[in-house]
Amino acid sequence: MASDATIARNAPTVAPRAAPPTTLQKMARRRSTVAFLLTLPLLGVIGGLVAWPAAYAIYLSTLNRRMTAFIGLENYAILLDNDTFRMVIWQSCFFAITAVILKALIGFWLAHMLHHIPTKGQRIWRGMLLVPWVIPPALSTLGWWWMFEPSYSSINWLLSVFSVPPVPWLGEKWWARISVIIVNVWYGAPFFMIMYLAALKSVPDQLYEAADIDGATGWQRLRYVTLPMMRNIISITVLFSLIVTFANYDIVRVLTNGGPRDLTHVFASYAFQVGVLSGNIPRGAAVSLFMFPLLAVIAYFVLRGINQRTKEIGA
Amino acid sequence: MAQVSLRRLVKEYEGGVQAVKGIDLEIADHEFVVLVGPSGCGKSTTLRMIAGLEDITGGEISIGGTVVNDIPPRDRDIAMVFQNYALYPHMTVFDNMAFGLVLRKFRKEEIQRRVMEAARILDITQLLDRKPRALSGGQRQRVAMGRAIVRDPKVFLFDEPLSNLDAKLRVQMRTEIKKVVQTVRTTTVYVTHDQVEAMTLADRVVVMNGGIIEQVGPPQELYHRPATRFVAGFIGSPAMNFIPARVEPASGALNLRLPGDILLPIPPERSDRYRSQGGREVLLGIRPEHLTETRQGRATYADLEVVPEVIEPMGMETLVHFHMEGTRDLCARLDPTIPAAPGQPLRLTADLANMHLVDPQSGKVL
Ligand SMILES: Nc1ncnc2c1ncn2[C@@H]1O[C@H](COP(=O)(O)OP(=O)(O)O)[C@@H](O)[C@H]1O
Ligand SMILES: [Mg+2]
Repeated sequence: MASDATIARNAPTVAPRAAPPTTLQKMARRRSTVAFLLTLPLLGVIGGLVAWPAAYAIYLSTLNRRMTAFIGLENYAILLDNDTFRMVIWQSCFFAITAVILKALIGFWLAHMLHHIPTKGQRIWRGMLLVPWVIPPALSTLGWWWMFEPSYSSINWLLSVFSVPPVPWLGEKWWARISVIIVNVWYGAPFFMIMYLAALKSVPDQLYEAADIDGATGWQRLRYVTLPMMRNIISITVLFSLIVTFANYDIVRVLTNGGPRDLTHVFASYAFQVGVLSGNIPRGAAVSLFMFPLLAVIAYFVLRGINQRTKEIGA
Repeated sequence: MAQVSLRRLVKEYEGGVQAVKGIDLEIADHEFVVLVGPSGCGKSTTLRMIAGLEDITGGEISIGGTVVNDIPPRDRDIAMVFQNYALYPHMTVFDNMAFGLVLRKFRKEEIQRRVMEAARILDITQLLDRKPRALSGGQRQRVAMGRAIVRDPKVFLFDEPLSNLDAKLRVQMRTEIKKVVQTVRTTTVYVTHDQVEAMTLADRVVVMNGGIIEQVGPPQELYHRPATRFVAGFIGSPAMNFIPARVEPASGALNLRLPGDILLPIPPERSDRYRSQGGREVLLGIRPEHLTETRQGRATYADLEVVPEVIEPMGMETLVHFHMEGTRDLCARLDPTIPAAPGQPLRLTADLANMHLVDPQSGKVL
């Protein structure tokens, strides 16, 4: 063990200046060999489940429809030229951003409410509010579909009690988009709630007392104490949820199946439609690969944010 | 004008715990008052009620002549220094100190002026751009004080501000606090469990125990004229010795009979005071410095022979620990030149002019 440690410490000076070593070489040298070997199984899993499929998808996307000839980037060019696909890009962004903002706001509000309930009552409320997140989304979305579906819509029935005319939840493009977002928010807000509740609990009470004495009102405490103290967790959850929501598939697939007239499709559901249902697998692969640069940018910000703030708080 | 009055102040927590049981206290303008007592005696609760951080169950608090029972902390014009400093971790030192002024909408130049002035007093000018995490404990303590000073409030409240510091720094910061408060002359209520801190800082010390006030007075008075056994034992280090004794009249004079058939004559000037106690069981309270090595020719002094168990040389004095029948550890403070060794009998002299007799039932000093 001791010799391993020595190797690790000396590594930077040993590195040859002329030929820059590959990342793998650097890694193998920087960490001890034993540690490297120990991570091999994990690297194997990641390689098999992530790297290989990704590489294969890239390869697929460069083939023609029958997968018999290499056509370069033509699939991408065709997609970018296609109105429906440009709408899918727009709708994916609109869906992900709106849903994440709403999830974060509602999650924060719920967390705040829970935080101020005495501890005894808190558990049961917390449990109940977590239920949407625990039900498999495909199932709960089916439930929502029943509530939205025009012939049986319980929501419309409720509205009619207050003499509000029936709403074409899934039949009109904006209502359909809103419906998809509602279900996603309903499903995802509890995750934010639980993260923010934990974050709220970790803010020392004395900071609020100090702020009270310094003259802060309720809003000012939120603005100058709570939010700055939660900045880290807020940005991580938002960016993380942005990734997951962006790649969402099941809700759109079950609730609207992309309709009406393909106007609620997001990347994943459209990729499925093009690749599997219409049988153009290379183009479907190209659709889903469009997500990659967007997700990569978000992931970059997530990781950078975590690094920076961890240093700042000095945890 | 910022005197603070507590009238029949009561605090009962949920579950029926009475943390403060109806205390009365008048704190004058510019006065430095220290609440001292063992852990759990209700000091923090009292302070937090003055701050407005804790609801008042009964009684009344007024600051500067205004009853503040229903006024929120931000409108009480007080500043508080917490034990763990409670600095805002995401703000620089400057912003931490300026925060209260910003919320009160002071002009920029005025904020700048006040923060710089406080930073100068506390010698933290070079730290103003740092975040709290980059500060040592003592520096954080200064910033917490700075945050209080810049506000120029009616009252400073301190809750065990030195408890998180190491022993050496604690002594240094203690002096620092005294210096700063003497400079700004703001009415101050300071809570600590450390009687040395209380004695060194206070204009007046308030000794609390079990939710009530045992005694209020200047440090010297508490030391020399404690009102109760609790105060007598709490103030002073090492603590006062208590020995069971009986007051025995003997032909016009009074004697104290100690365990082991030791008979000590009560000095004549004290006799009148204890005459009525003739024949009663009492507790003799005597401080270690009044149990000294025996020398010749001292009239009011009475001798007793003890067997030292532990010797603690402190440099300028030597502490000798021993015990007598029916007592716990007793302590005497000797001149370091006196030869003393564990197990070797030693003659001690009790300076009975400085003794206290305590009624064992009521705990009152007679
Ligand atoms: N929030 C609370 N709820 C219930 N009991 C409390 C609470 N805070 C303090 N107490 C009780 O009140 C008593 C006094 O506490 P405190 O004022 O903090 O003591 P001190 O500061 O003198 O150590 C203690 O017995 C403590 O257990
Ligand atoms: Mg306390």
